[in-house]
Amino acid sequence: MQEIIKISNLKKIYEGGVIGIDDISFSIYKNEMFGFVGPDGAGKTTTIRLLCGLINPTDGNADIMGYDLRKDKMKIKDNIGYLSQKFSLYTDLSVDENIEFFADIHGVKDYKERRNELLQFTRLTDFRKFYAGKLSGGMKQKLALACTLIHKPKIIFLDEPTTGVDPVSRRDFWKILSDLIKEEITIIISTPYLDEAERFNRLALFNNAKILKLDTPAKIRESLHKTVIEIVCNNIRSADKALKENTNYEIQTFGDRLNIVADSFEKDFPVIENILSKNGIEIQDKRIIPASLENVFIHLLKTKKTELQQL
Amino acid sequence: MNSIEVKNLTKKFGNFTSVDNVSFEVYRGEIFGFLGANGAGKSTTIKMLCGILEPTSGDATVGGFSIKTQSEQVKRNIGYMSQKFSLYNDLTIEENINFFGGVYGLEGENLSNRKKWVLKIANLEGKEKLLTGSLPTGIKQRLALGTAVIHSPNIVFLDEPTGGVDPIERRNFWDLINTLSSEGTTVFVTTHYLDEAEFCNRILLINAGKIIAGGSPKELKENYIKTIILEIECGKTIDALTILEDSNFFGSATIFGNYIHVKLKENDTEENAKDFIVKTLSESKINTSRIDKISPTLEDVFITLLEKKD
Repeated sequence: MQEIIKISNLKKIYEGGVIGIDDISFSIYKNEMFGFVGPDGAGKTTTIRLLCGLINPTDGNADIMGYDLRKDKMKIKDNIGYLSQKFSLYTDLSVDENIEFFADIHGVKDYKERRNELLQFTRLTDFRKFYAGKLSGGMKQKLALACTLIHKPKIIFLDEPTTGVDPVSRRDFWKILSDLIKEEITIIISTPYLDEAERFNRLALFNNAKILKLDTPAKIRESLHKTVIEIVCNNIRSADKALKENTNYEIQTFGDRLNIVADSFEKDFPVIENILSKNGIEIQDKRIIPASLENVFIHLLKTKKTELQQL
Repeated sequence: MNSIEVKNLTKKFGNFTSVDNVSFEVYRGEIFGFLGANGAGKSTTIKMLCGILEPTSGDATVGGFSIKTQSEQVKRNIGYMSQKFSLYNDLTIEENINFFGGVYGLEGENLSNRKKWVLKIANLEGKEKLLTGSLPTGIKQRLALGTAVIHSPNIVFLDEPTGGVDPIERRNFWDLINTLSSEGTTVFVTTHYLDEAEFCNRILLINAGKIIAGGSPKELKENYIKTIILEIECGKTIDALTILEDSNFFGSATIFGNYIHVKLKENDTEENAKDFIVKTLSESKINTSRIDKISPTLEDVFITLLEKKD
């Protein structure tokens, strides 16, 4: 696989000493959908802004399509697209005019055919004469994406494109990205939602300005080496309480079930069953389910905390 | 008695019907999820149930009080928290609690007891003197919920309460919600993050002002998803996607990380589809290494229901 971005010891310390990102190194491959996943303040946006050349690194460097991030910023900018979290459209311009404006900025002369393509692709053709201000949130976001793509960038950076977007528009947006990947583009997306992380070819879990883990979703899930036991019982909350008081399992309580992270079903289920039956709770259903990325992330964070306490 | 009883509730703004003849109940002490896309009528409904917006017709009782004729009593018996926390950033945690206690008329020993309780359940003991503005989102969130229930309301409304917090904080927040609910407080939550709806005991889906489905997360998945979704692991994923899409055999096909997800057409069987996939891909010399049926998520339920409406 061809490396399209190679990051080496990249570091950003903001004025006042806040660490934006702390010495990260990794590569992103061509035509990959790569995810930056983590909570607010973990360093996702800082990394995107560094790679787009919008802010300067304190230390380290990156190679983007053979260009040096510190020296060839302008060349990099011609080849990338960036959709910021608070994207700006001109609300008093039409959909068509907004795209035209972005074509102008990027010096794209022959934009009309590309514009038609993008409108069709984002299913906005019927709305091309509408003022951008009149569009729904999901449509505005699709228009912003179309604007980002007008100059046919090789790499696009999308900073939390699905935050605050309703589920239908969110699904629609993922479908569009799935089509876009056919154009041999490389897509880098940040998201705070772990349930979206399964959609990436590979992802980096960000926390506290560092990368906790980087791999395919499947490999990250396998790295937990634990079993998740799902239990349906008559009193979920008492079950949660009884297990938390008597064991150290990581437990997630849902509205109608419990997920318990255990070493193995054979070893741990009898323990669980015993505690629950002592508390008069009847297990109605049980099964082993695959670990989720959330299970892994929480496990990593907890292990980290314990390590720190032991130091 | 149910905590909330809604009967034929309707709200019109001019010619636009925001909430259209809606009826439902919320049981005492349950975590009730109210879900819908933006503009579906969630906020209008919450505003009516909180007694700050008058219905066009129909009525509801909240904690036994009518939202039409007893809206003042309704307001005093509920708590409310939204994603835009109404905390004062330049006050300390303790000062914020004092302020909200004051708003609800708590004073003296009563206030100091409730303050202790809020600090305890929100796991903020020892943090009283910290300035609110400097706190991480997760802690602000727990403080905001704590202040929303300082006056011991029977019902608390959480309007899109989470977002952007790390998963451990999110779990802490839901632990707090579970604690409130096990102490008998009814929790009414709106969210459009459907993975979060899994934490609710019962869920109602609203679209264009009307209720389109309801039940526990499990019931929703069992009752509303009739089509099968398959996950395919194969070589040349992108080429394979194009081939499967062009075949017109499926309801939809999309890239999902390193795999492809296909939704079968209604009445199509799993075996039939599996055979088709392996055969079609092998004709293009693409090797299929795995095909698994995947369990639907609440997001799948929601999208399926909305597609039916269109």
